[in-house]
Amino acid sequence: MTEDITWLFLDPSLKISFQGLTTSGVVSPDLHFIHTPQQLVGVVGLEIHAQINSSTKLFSGSSVRFSAPPNSLVSFFDASLPGTLPVLNRRCVEAAVMTGLALNCNINRKSLFDRKHYFYADLPAGYQITQQRQPVAVDGTLTYSLLEGKKRSQVIRKNVHIKQIQLEQDSGKSLHDDVHSQTLIDLNRAGVGLMELVMEPDMSCGEEAAAAVRELQLILQALGTCQGNMSEGQLRVDANVSVHRPGEPLGVRTEVKNINSVRYLARAIDYEIQRQIGILQRGGTVQNETRAYDSKSGLLIKHSLPISLTSAASFFRFMPEPNLPPLIVYEDNASLPAGIDACQAVVVQKIKEGLPELPSIKRDRLVQTYGILPEHSFTLVNEDGLVEYFEAVLMATKKEPRKVIGWVTNELLGHLKQQDLSVSQSPISPPALAELLELQETGHISSSVAKQVFQKMWRSPGKTAAQITQEHDLGLVSDTAQLHSICQKVVDSHPDEVHAIRNGNKKVLNKLMGLVQKETKGRADPVLVRKILQEKTS
Amino acid sequence: MSALSLAALRTSCGVPPKIIRSTSRLLSNDGHTITNVEKTFHRRSCCVQTYILSVTRLYSSQPHNPKVPKMPTWEPVPEDQLPQPAQIPADLVDKLERLALVDFRTKQGLECLEKAIRFADQLHVVDTSGIEPMDSVLEDRALYLRDDAVKEGDCAEELLQLSEKTAEEYFVAPPGNIPLPKREERAAMLKHSEF
Repeated sequence: MTEDITWLFLDPSLKISFQGLTTSGVVSPDLHFIHTPQQLVGVVGLEIHAQINSSTKLFSGSSVRFSAPPNSLVSFFDASLPGTLPVLNRRCVEAAVMTGLALNCNINRKSLFDRKHYFYADLPAGYQITQQRQPVAVDGTLTYSLLEGKKRSQVIRKNVHIKQIQLEQDSGKSLHDDVHSQTLIDLNRAGVGLMELVMEPDMSCGEEAAAAVRELQLILQALGTCQGNMSEGQLRVDANVSVHRPGEPLGVRTEVKNINSVRYLARAIDYEIQRQIGILQRGGTVQNETRAYDSKSGLLIKHSLPISLTSAASFFRFMPEPNLPPLIVYEDNASLPAGIDACQAVVVQKIKEGLPELPSIKRDRLVQTYGILPEHSFTLVNEDGLVEYFEAVLMATKKEPRKVIGWVTNELLGHLKQQDLSVSQSPISPPALAELLELQETGHISSSVAKQVFQKMWRSPGKTAAQITQEHDLGLVSDTAQLHSICQKVVDSHPDEVHAIRNGNKKVLNKLMGLVQKETKGRADPVLVRKILQEKTS
Repeated sequence: MSALSLAALRTSCGVPPKIIRSTSRLLSNDGHTITNVEKTFHRRSCCVQTYILSVTRLYSSQPHNPKVPKMPTWEPVPEDQLPQPAQIPADLVDKLERLALVDFRTKQGLECLEKAIRFADQLHVVDTSGIEPMDSVLEDRALYLRDDAVKEGDCAEELLQLSEKTAEEYFVAPPGNIPLPKREERAAMLKHSEF
């Protein structure tokens, strides 16, 4: 792919083009190539906190629920009362190992817990138990796909390197009451297990980041380790955004927080990249700061913290957690020490064997089984419940999957998106759609009429396709006598076109067909019409 | 901190309170004796708390543990083996105060810090080349893994009672972190404060 090339004419005879180079430059009088400043590109790294889907918290036996009366899901340990100690939840360890295996990480046989100290009202202990030195899993890859090309039909695979996955505690929730100048603290969320996924800055724009997060959401939901609902705070994404010229060292980064949907993520990152490019182009310097996304205005506003909290490691005074011995995870049953209780051992082999079907495998399977295109399978898996809908339709109709997929991914999904509905809220059920497709397949209605019937079915759920076809008299007109008379009428009223066809311009036949269809309100069988017209005009 | 070591005994047979009066020679840090120990004794329903000096255990059933030496055996490390005494610049003191929210800017505080660092410098004498660092004395213990079953929680009332200020089942805190004033301002504040 050729980049934009700026070249200067000093002498027409010196005109040289540099195709294929990835740099842009100017030719000096003595034929030296001088670099002109290249385009600034964005560099995006993500830090994702995924709330582990478990019944109890990471280190205490209190319940994990989204909404509950304030401070009702808090144990003495969560409130950090003196004399309480952390007791690790086995389910959280298994969840972390499962996620690590699904993302091709190395699982550390031995991992350690640390304390990260900072003062804030929603952190009652004054420190958070995390795994900074030696986390549960390291060195993984997240493979995600982008739909590119003019019709978004090209599936491009990209990789993000995952630096580490660690277990850590969540903090409580603070509600700011500006009226009374106070903060209200709810500790229900304090102590809930989180998996922090640290990714390398391998992405360059909001779209890539959004695709990566979407893929991660699908993987976590398939594993069952996290419900991945961004709006409920089960999946929190912080983006570190900077800009630089390719080849040069990375620029100053800013942290973007408070994003609660995948769509906003793409928007916020792109906005931040543009903002930083604007600053640099005006000759300013980018400040290292934290910016929060305000969904109402769609802008990134500067956070109240003057510096990025995560910048200085010494700021947090990391120290080993003295109350927890190292966490040992066993490779397989053979490596278990003698006499160990089964419920005290986390065995990697067993977890690996129990991994469910991951989204990428599912997509390949759909392509294999049904012969559909990769981009269609991508759309199917991307939408919650759409695969099940598609398979249900296939069960009820004899039509080929390749013909059904268009209806599901274009018609159904298009209508759902327009009204912001989920698949489960669709007014047209799989059997109803299957019936409509059967009608089309058996020749009772034409394809254009089928689309009309679909829309009518959408607006009046409960009515079957057959009923609507009957009511609005949309059945295909296959009465040859009627068709003949209509075609004759059209042919008689357009002698010029008939003349053109007889002279060899076959494309004009389509115009005549269009006129016939208009007469019959689209109910004429196109194949039959074409045959009749061809007869009449030959 | 006195030299008294307090041992709480919970015995079913019950140690008669007369024991305390026999150990009358109790010494505190600066050599003064304390004689009215009886006042500190009190009896609970099923537990007898007695204060017995560890050196004289007249009525203890166990003899002196042979593993514990009778006299201290360690020697202070000579000064020449230690590295240079650490100089603590004012900026570092400021940063530490900011991080730990501990006020130790006074002469006493800085002296205490320097002594503590000097004491820890003794660790440099030990040769640790080729040895894996130990981060916990628990490192050869098995970490207990708990079942994922709800056993705690539902004690909002009890917890809220502990807080001075609450508002409708929420704990109340000041709005955000109150930033620590700059060094010069703090010095002025301390000068005018009661401490």
